[in-house]
Amino acid sequence: MTTLKTDLNLTDADGFYERLIEAHRGLDGPASRRLNAKLVLLLANHVGDAAVLDEALRIARGER
Amino acid sequence: MAGGLADRPRYAYAAPPELGQDSVRRAPIVIVGAGPVGLCAAAELAMLGHDTILLDEDDTVSVGSRAICWAKRTLEIFDRIGVGDRMVGKGVVWNRGRLFHRDREVYNFDLLPEPGHQRPAFINLQQYYVEEYLVDRVQELGRTDIRWRNRVVGLDVLPDGGARLTVETPDGNYRLDADYVLAADGVRSPIRRMMGLDFKGKVFEDRFLIADVIMKADFPSERWFWFEPPFHSGQSVLLHRQPDDVFRIDFQLDPSADPEEERKPENVVPRLQQMLGPDKPFDLEWVSVYTFTCRRMERFHHGPVFFVGDSAHVVSPFGARGGNGGIQDVDALCWRLAAVLNGTAPAALLDSYDAERIPAADENLLNSTRSTDFITPKNEASVAFREAALDLAADLPFARRVVNSGRLSLPHTYAATPLSTPDGDAWSGGPRPGAPAPDAPVQVAEGEPWLLRRLGGRFTLLRFVDDPAAAALGGVPDGVDVVTVARSGRPDGATVIDRDGTAFARWDAADGSAYLVRPDQHVAARWRTPEPGAIATALARALGRPAAAEARRAAGG
Ligand SMILES: Cc1cc2nc3c(=O)[nH]c(=O)nc-3n(C[C@H](O)[C@H](O)[C@H](O)COP(=O)(O)OP(=O)(O)OC[C@H]3O[C@@H](n4cnc5c(N)ncnc54)[C@H](O)[C@@H]3O)c2cc1C
Repeated sequence: MTTLKTDLNLTDADGFYERLIEAHRGLDGPASRRLNAKLVLLLANHVGDAAVLDEALRIARGER
Repeated sequence: MAGGLADRPRYAYAAPPELGQDSVRRAPIVIVGAGPVGLCAAAELAMLGHDTILLDEDDTVSVGSRAICWAKRTLEIFDRIGVGDRMVGKGVVWNRGRLFHRDREVYNFDLLPEPGHQRPAFINLQQYYVEEYLVDRVQELGRTDIRWRNRVVGLDVLPDGGARLTVETPDGNYRLDADYVLAADGVRSPIRRMMGLDFKGKVFEDRFLIADVIMKADFPSERWFWFEPPFHSGQSVLLHRQPDDVFRIDFQLDPSADPEEERKPENVVPRLQQMLGPDKPFDLEWVSVYTFTCRRMERFHHGPVFFVGDSAHVVSPFGARGGNGGIQDVDALCWRLAAVLNGTAPAALLDSYDAERIPAADENLLNSTRSTDFITPKNEASVAFREAALDLAADLPFARRVVNSGRLSLPHTYAATPLSTPDGDAWSGGPRPGAPAPDAPVQVAEGEPWLLRRLGGRFTLLRFVDDPAAAALGGVPDGVDVVTVARSGRPDGATVIDRDGTAFARWDAADGSAYLVRPDQHVAARWRTPEPGAIATALARALGRPAAAEARRAAGG
């Protein structure tokens, strides 16, 4: 079973972060939240593995 | 209190001999600006055997709250010009950063997690001390004509490619010609303006209150950064310890803050009391309010003029990349100038200054822009992502690499420089061509027991062997020194011993490996076993003579 990666796995964390923030530029609150929601769905589909996604959900809810 | 800003030196003005002369003197190199960058250039050129004239409009060192963090690479350059020990002796050594969010510590990090380096990741030392020690060293080296209260007010490029400066002094103006001018005249660079050159980039709206506070306090020698601390609501704060019980505290303010009001003691003192407690005694050494910018010139080399340091590029201070980056500019430039003036390299070598230092400036600009953006989030999404990263960073290592309170200055690797010879052999580590040489502890017959102390100032072939009795290497061209690193045996002048294998490991070396190292301690080429002729070819390339190198290779030399 795979587990959620929590060590650094992004190849260029600062570059990704910059592009992430840039993607939100000029969006109002609802538009920005919708962008985030789409991102989550896209990345969740890419991950696929239910156990990994459940672990991410737990951590994101602060249930560690 | 002895030392400090109150006791900074004043240097005597002397009327220059050229005043009132009709004929114009020509100097090979004139440096404009005696900040850390111009002074470092004078010292490096003196070490390389070159006389210079250094002009500065003022007669003292830097005033106010400016650079404090000097990176390992800068200290290594300071070692080469003979001021490293004095700087490190006075400075506060630190390797650790600690990050707080609201009222808790989120994580801490070691910037130099491995032992076996002579110099620490950073020292903190007020810019006025750095400049004073550099002035002393430049004077001691005796090759620089430092002219205080000499302000450059005009620059013309001469038909023969040199430059004519008009210099203003308390006794009137004079003219001075130069083959080369180093414009180390700071962020407002009058020379840049005289030449009508652009300085483009990004201006950040947020204001920062920077206070240098004198107090007895037991904060450790670490970099402490707070996001939204309880004592400074909603903003960030950065704390550093400096020598003489001086602490640097940066408070982020709103873009709307009034700089004049904010720097008044009656407004600064309550902020500090909220942070330090109401009963903590302290004095203010200096307070200023800054806004930060990230800009650079399109090119740094314009005919006879080379822009170095803040005149060429300016960054926000998160990451300490301003002064440290500028010192690397002159480190890259000075050996080139010396080689061209000595006739060992064609003038074309100078063109590669831009090829190396523009990408280096861009790396510094990119990092300091990203840090400043993280520290000053601009919309709901950037606040939310920052909050999320800080929440996760307490437990999850990946999130620590997302949190950005400053990516601290590291030397640039000249990945695309035309001076490097691309690897032809297989390597699994070690400094690749263009990278700065890594240090390692070594046993020596005499002097400091560190590998970096054996490199720099000239081209060096660094050869790794198991047995120090190995036959001498053939094909080492004139002008290249050989330093041998052996696994065992006795050290002598040109041989150092790597008892514990650290140097071999850091350089990914095996018996017979060799590196050609430039005068600025960056790698030019490397081989598992250098072929005859390969070293001369790589040297020619590193001196800006690729055509000659090609011809020699074609001739089978
Ligand atoms: C708040 C703050 C914190 C910082 N912290 C750090 C840090 O921790 N680490 C770091 O590395 N950097 C830091 N920096 C940046 C650092 O201070 C600068 O990068 C550094 O001073 C640049 O040096 P310089 O020699 O290029 O220019 P300057 O130090 O600006 O020197 C320019 C010199 O040129 C002279 N001059 C100007 N015009 C003329 C003229 N017409 N004729 C003759 N002389 C002239 C001036 O008198 C001056 O001496 C910080 C900056 C600020 C503002």
